[in-house]
Amino acid sequence: MKIHEYQAKELFKKYNIPIPEGSVAFSVAEAQTVAEKLGGYPVVVKAQIHAGGRGKGGGVKLAGSREEVAVIAGQILGMNLITHQTGPEGRLVKKVLVEQGLNIKKELYLSIIPDRGTATVVIIASEAGGMDIEAVAEKTPEKIIKVYINPLVGIQAYHCREVAYGLNLAPETIRPFTALLSRLYALFVDYDCSLLEINPLIITADQAVIALDGKVNFDDSALFRHKDVMAYRDLDEENPLEVDASNFNLNYIALDGNVGNMVNGAGLAMATMDIIKQAGASPANFLDVGGGANAEMVENGFRIILSDKNVKGILINIFGGILRCDILAEGVVQAARKTGITVPVVVRMEGTNVEEGRRILSESGLNLTTAVDLKDAAQKVAAIVKG
Amino acid sequence: MSIFVNKNTRLLVQGITGKEGQFHTRQCVAYGTKVVAGVTPGKAGQKMDDVPVFHTVKDAVKATGANCSMIFVPPPFAADAIMEAADAGVEMIVAITEGIPVMDMMRVKNFLAGKTSRLIGPNCPGIITPGECKIGIMPGVIHKPGGPIGVVSRSGTLTYEVVHQLTCQGIGQTTCIGIGGDPVNGTNFIDCLDAFQKDSETTGIVMVGEIGGTAEEEAAEFIKQHVTKPVIGFIAGLTAPPGRRMGHAGAIISGSSGTGQGKIAAMKACGITVCENLGTLGELCASVFGK
Repeated sequence: MKIHEYQAKELFKKYNIPIPEGSVAFSVAEAQTVAEKLGGYPVVVKAQIHAGGRGKGGGVKLAGSREEVAVIAGQILGMNLITHQTGPEGRLVKKVLVEQGLNIKKELYLSIIPDRGTATVVIIASEAGGMDIEAVAEKTPEKIIKVYINPLVGIQAYHCREVAYGLNLAPETIRPFTALLSRLYALFVDYDCSLLEINPLIITADQAVIALDGKVNFDDSALFRHKDVMAYRDLDEENPLEVDASNFNLNYIALDGNVGNMVNGAGLAMATMDIIKQAGASPANFLDVGGGANAEMVENGFRIILSDKNVKGILINIFGGILRCDILAEGVVQAARKTGITVPVVVRMEGTNVEEGRRILSESGLNLTTAVDLKDAAQKVAAIVKG
Repeated sequence: MSIFVNKNTRLLVQGITGKEGQFHTRQCVAYGTKVVAGVTPGKAGQKMDDVPVFHTVKDAVKATGANCSMIFVPPPFAADAIMEAADAGVEMIVAITEGIPVMDMMRVKNFLAGKTSRLIGPNCPGIITPGECKIGIMPGVIHKPGGPIGVVSRSGTLTYEVVHQLTCQGIGQTTCIGIGGDPVNGTNFIDCLDAFQKDSETTGIVMVGEIGGTAEEEAAEFIKQHVTKPVIGFIAGLTAPPGRRMGHAGAIISGSSGTGQGKIAAMKACGITVCENLGTLGELCASVFGK
């Protein structure tokens, strides 16, 4: 799960990680009120959306006066912000973060992520702050510091020193930096983060270390023990169909093709998308109904696929293991009767109770195309959408 | 022969009295697996069908000589269950549970370092040596006993698809293992490839990967160095968009890392026959492995 920068900074504050003075605003008037309280100009107005590259897209600007805050907040609030992470459709900005402008002497990069290969927590830091870290890693890998921490032992003072000296920090900033780093690690572990990134972390003219930006993502599997984080969820930032699907425990991701598909199991679902593409069509979604799907889930899956107007045909691919084919077939029949399926449907079933499942489908009187195997299924559905 | 589990494996089930635990324990028993014990804290003295239930794994091992555990414990308690089994000296731990927090699994992985237990999973269908024993949730009937092909996969139903296609071609399996779809897991591709290479009955290997991480690339390098048996590889998720978690917690492309195209290129460069279209996997296996 992702959260906004202003929410990330609320968590930073809780862990005594220095951040610029500022507050979130939902209107121009609010933005002006916040700016006035900061006690001096310039201030920074930052669009709050769940995507990076906001500055380049025109979503982060300096304002030198109360009047300028009104103009800039007016431009950013309500704008459709397009960045390399939003895709061409962009994202509507509904809130801005207004912060004090700071005298920046140095910009650093700092992040913490889990390293899946070594099962450790890795701290990544670089003197090349404020830039795209992937580009830094590719062009100048020597500028990247990595320190791996065994989660059973936790962060030690020497880990912090390794990073601090690696960044060539001035002697008076070593202590504030190492203190910040160990608090950041605590936040990462306490909240089951999947990413914690400060880019840039700045050193000011008077040697203060401050998190100018903040990005925090959480491990979805751990949200059950972080109810306070769930309050940060912003449904405006999510695809409405994906939100709808998540309410029924369906794993749905919207894509831009025209062949809807419903599959049990994530690996088979990905492979089904691939085979649709190889047959010359294009998948409209990823939908894993899971191993424990019931008729109601199948019905909702259908409804959600059909509410995507690009869908010209549907492929159902079920390998019955835990999910029995007869249950799936009943769900399909129910869904077809209730929602009235308006596009051609190809069904491919195999596995547990497949004979019973096929009987239910063939006796339903519905206009369904059955496929003998996966290759056959993909070709049939591709032929239909090409029409 | 087979790898990791066989007809002598003595299975205990952690979470045996839950709905999933009960259902799948019965399926395993029906397949012929020797299920000797169950563990549910607070329910010692009870029986699930004919299987005695114990409070702790230590008690169960002591009373029954169980040497393998299958875990159906819900995600918040699953890491604890894995560590309990390892501490009780269980040799083989198969964690079916999906949705264990990454931080929990990182702790488990470090806890297991230096211990003798092997962990398979989590978030996996389990392991089956067809005709001998089934430890997991896969449909037993699609498998064909007697070998000679070993199957290792990060997926569940995709593995069933692969096995089904092998069986339809008349090709049997020695052992089929799902190593799980989570970013941090126990046994990896290399462990399985190494075991299949050393297993005298296995003459070829099918390796099923997916986007995310670098496990397939590392496995490909291992195959080049150490595996002399023919390997067929498949990668799911070529059409997946970057940055999105595709169902499996581990299936996510981060930046330029973890792409399907990169994995396929790495596998080809290491001499692995890559199946580019899942619909034709069975035929490809028949031509490469013979019948």
